[in-house]
Amino acid sequence: MSMADNTDAALGEGPGGTSNRALSSAYVRDEPVEALPPPANMTGIIGWVREHLFSSPLNIALTLIGVLLALWVIPPMIKFLFIDAVWSGNNREFCVNKEGQPPVGACWAFVVDRFAYTIYGSYPVDGRWRANLFFVLGAIAIWWVLHPRAPNKGWGMLYAFVIVPIVSFFLLRGASWLEWAGMPYVETARWGGLLVTLVVAAVGIVVSLPIGILLALGRRSKMPVVKFFSVMFIEFVRGVPLITVLFMANTMLPLFLPESWSPDKLLRALVGIAMFASAYMAEVVRSGLQALPKGQYEGAMAMGLNYPQMMRLIILPQALKVAIPNIVNTYIGLLKDTSLLLIVGIFDFLKAIETARIDPIWAAPTTSPTGYAYAAVVYFMMCYGMARYARNMERRLAVADKR
Amino acid sequence: MAASDQQPKIAPWNDPKVRSVVFQSVLTAVIAFLFYEAVTNAIENLQKAKIASGFGFWNNTAGFDIGQRLIEYSAASSYGRAFWVGLLNTLLVAALGIVMATIWGFILGIGRLSKNKIINLLSTIYVEVIRNTPLLLQLLFWYNAVLKALPEVRDSVVFRDSFFLNNRGLFTPEPLFGAAWPMVNWALLIGTGGAIAYRHWAKKKQEATGAQSPVMLVSLALIVGLPLLVYFLAGQPISFNYPKASRFNIGGGWQIFPEFVALLLGLVIYTAAFIAEVVRAGIQAVYRGQTEASYALGLSPGRTLQLVVIPQAMRVIIPPLTSQYLNLTKNSSLAVAVGYPDLVQVFTGTVLNQTGQAVEVVAITMLVYLTISLSTSLFMNWYNARKALVER
Repeated sequence: MSMADNTDAALGEGPGGTSNRALSSAYVRDEPVEALPPPANMTGIIGWVREHLFSSPLNIALTLIGVLLALWVIPPMIKFLFIDAVWSGNNREFCVNKEGQPPVGACWAFVVDRFAYTIYGSYPVDGRWRANLFFVLGAIAIWWVLHPRAPNKGWGMLYAFVIVPIVSFFLLRGASWLEWAGMPYVETARWGGLLVTLVVAAVGIVVSLPIGILLALGRRSKMPVVKFFSVMFIEFVRGVPLITVLFMANTMLPLFLPESWSPDKLLRALVGIAMFASAYMAEVVRSGLQALPKGQYEGAMAMGLNYPQMMRLIILPQALKVAIPNIVNTYIGLLKDTSLLLIVGIFDFLKAIETARIDPIWAAPTTSPTGYAYAAVVYFMMCYGMARYARNMERRLAVADKR
Repeated sequence: MAASDQQPKIAPWNDPKVRSVVFQSVLTAVIAFLFYEAVTNAIENLQKAKIASGFGFWNNTAGFDIGQRLIEYSAASSYGRAFWVGLLNTLLVAALGIVMATIWGFILGIGRLSKNKIINLLSTIYVEVIRNTPLLLQLLFWYNAVLKALPEVRDSVVFRDSFFLNNRGLFTPEPLFGAAWPMVNWALLIGTGGAIAYRHWAKKKQEATGAQSPVMLVSLALIVGLPLLVYFLAGQPISFNYPKASRFNIGGGWQIFPEFVALLLGLVIYTAAFIAEVVRAGIQAVYRGQTEASYALGLSPGRTLQLVVIPQAMRVIIPPLTSQYLNLTKNSSLAVAVGYPDLVQVFTGTVLNQTGQAVEVVAITMLVYLTISLSTSLFMNWYNARKALVER
């Protein structure tokens, strides 16, 4: 029953009956008055500003503080980073203050000049195409695995988790039997810059997921020994800082292995990062497993599936789907953590910038902030991109759950 | 009995119990074998490299100096002493960092929920930028680009002839406590105790009669007023040792090292961004109806926040907050990058290099962090169990 019917009925049932209605209709409107537009100061830009910036004394004070804070930080930053910046030049002379001239700002000429160095480190110049090809392969892998509408996800997983790692290994490291293809051996000590950061992050990503799944399953296993070892590993690694894990991998791993093996420095760091990421991944996967209702397990068992079948076909696809946002967040942490490699002497992206900024050719007061700003932008783009993806997935999954 | 008789015989390789035992035995054997190999290799490699093993180095003379120390230490002290200096420095930066990051993080988290669009935008930008760049990069930025870029000692920034700021740190007056100072401490203790007792009494009274007492004012008078009164009655028993600037150095007073400031600043700024997200999620987790019901009962917005929203939000906030505290403590090991003498820098850095006893040194360091982490987890489990009771 609509509102209008209601009103009519109410009028009709009045004490005077129909005659009364006819009488009253002389001075009672039977059509609603056209609604007045809201006051001008409640709508449009003025209304928005009033509601969001000046609704109460506290709000006004906050607005003032916010504006002052923004004015205090943002204009000097823009002035330093863009207006006063030096955009071209080939040594520090361009980036130092000179008598009678306004002070110089950010030294982007330094970043332009050392750009290739921060990307490839000391990787041979005529082999840089190999690093570029690795970046392209990785980009395809990311698109294939992560894009919700990419076709043939199964092949994508195979490509990203098996083919790319193997191809990249030979592509970047090379070998004497690959010299005909222009891929001679390059020792890992010469790898550097963003290349190393991405290699380490990629290895961490590829290795930590399967090991993390195994550890998570182990932790939830009914077999006491398996559970014990999984819990020990996870709690141990999560309880100590990454830097000590890296120190352990760096100094203790060579001790624990036969002398003839002597793993190279990058490999040691990779082991440390992979261990660390696996333990965190295990907890993320475990939370995904715990989110599944028990009925899923019981249903799978009732169908007569054995444990591997149950996990592969029923449990893990659902658990991992729920865990995707957290898995991506772990990857963000992993990517940020790769910067710690510089402490154990690996030549990663941050180390390349550290080396370049104190190089006497470019060492100037504004070089350091510029180098760090550049590093921050690069890390931010990668991490924020992943964070946005995780948030998107979270929203998509929430939609699927609501139905 | 009859039921088990009717079960068909299954082959041992299909019996889950047998398979479980076999699988676990194999796993144990593999891990034992790896462990055995690692130990024998380590013994062999150590002997070849002529590196001593065992914890005998603990009492040997360290022979290196540490800039910032909370306890007596010199180059003639032992490695064991260096360990304690490093551990105390770690705990100092972690404790200060936790307090400051909590305050700053709560401000930011509430800012993220603010209706004021400017505050909201600024805190969102802060959180996104800080969370998505590595902590190490931020530490290096604060240390190398900000604190090391401060003026030289000669050109120190001087404030009232007693505060000196330069690239060697901040020099402040050092308070010297007179003989009567303990009386002030006692006054503070008594005042705090009195405030707690008054609060208790006021609550009892309110429950019995409904009458409210000025708890805030009385507490303030007891905790701040009483010690101040004693302080002035005792003749202001405090004096200051002012730093004095000579041409190349500054003597006397307190020196706050730039390494310490960079680490503390970096940790607080970084962790606060994560705490802000925890706080935001916690407050958002409190169902809107709770606030509306509280308004309907006639509570003011302030009282609603204090009595309805925050107690419920805290239950959601505290577990992730604790893990952020642990992260901060573990991240303080990045001190090694800016040269702050924390446990990792002193022990896993200098002591490891000097003794070469990687296994022992790394094991001790890891044990310390493990102890901190696990005892915090135990405390958290206890706390959660206690809090969960209230919920029914």
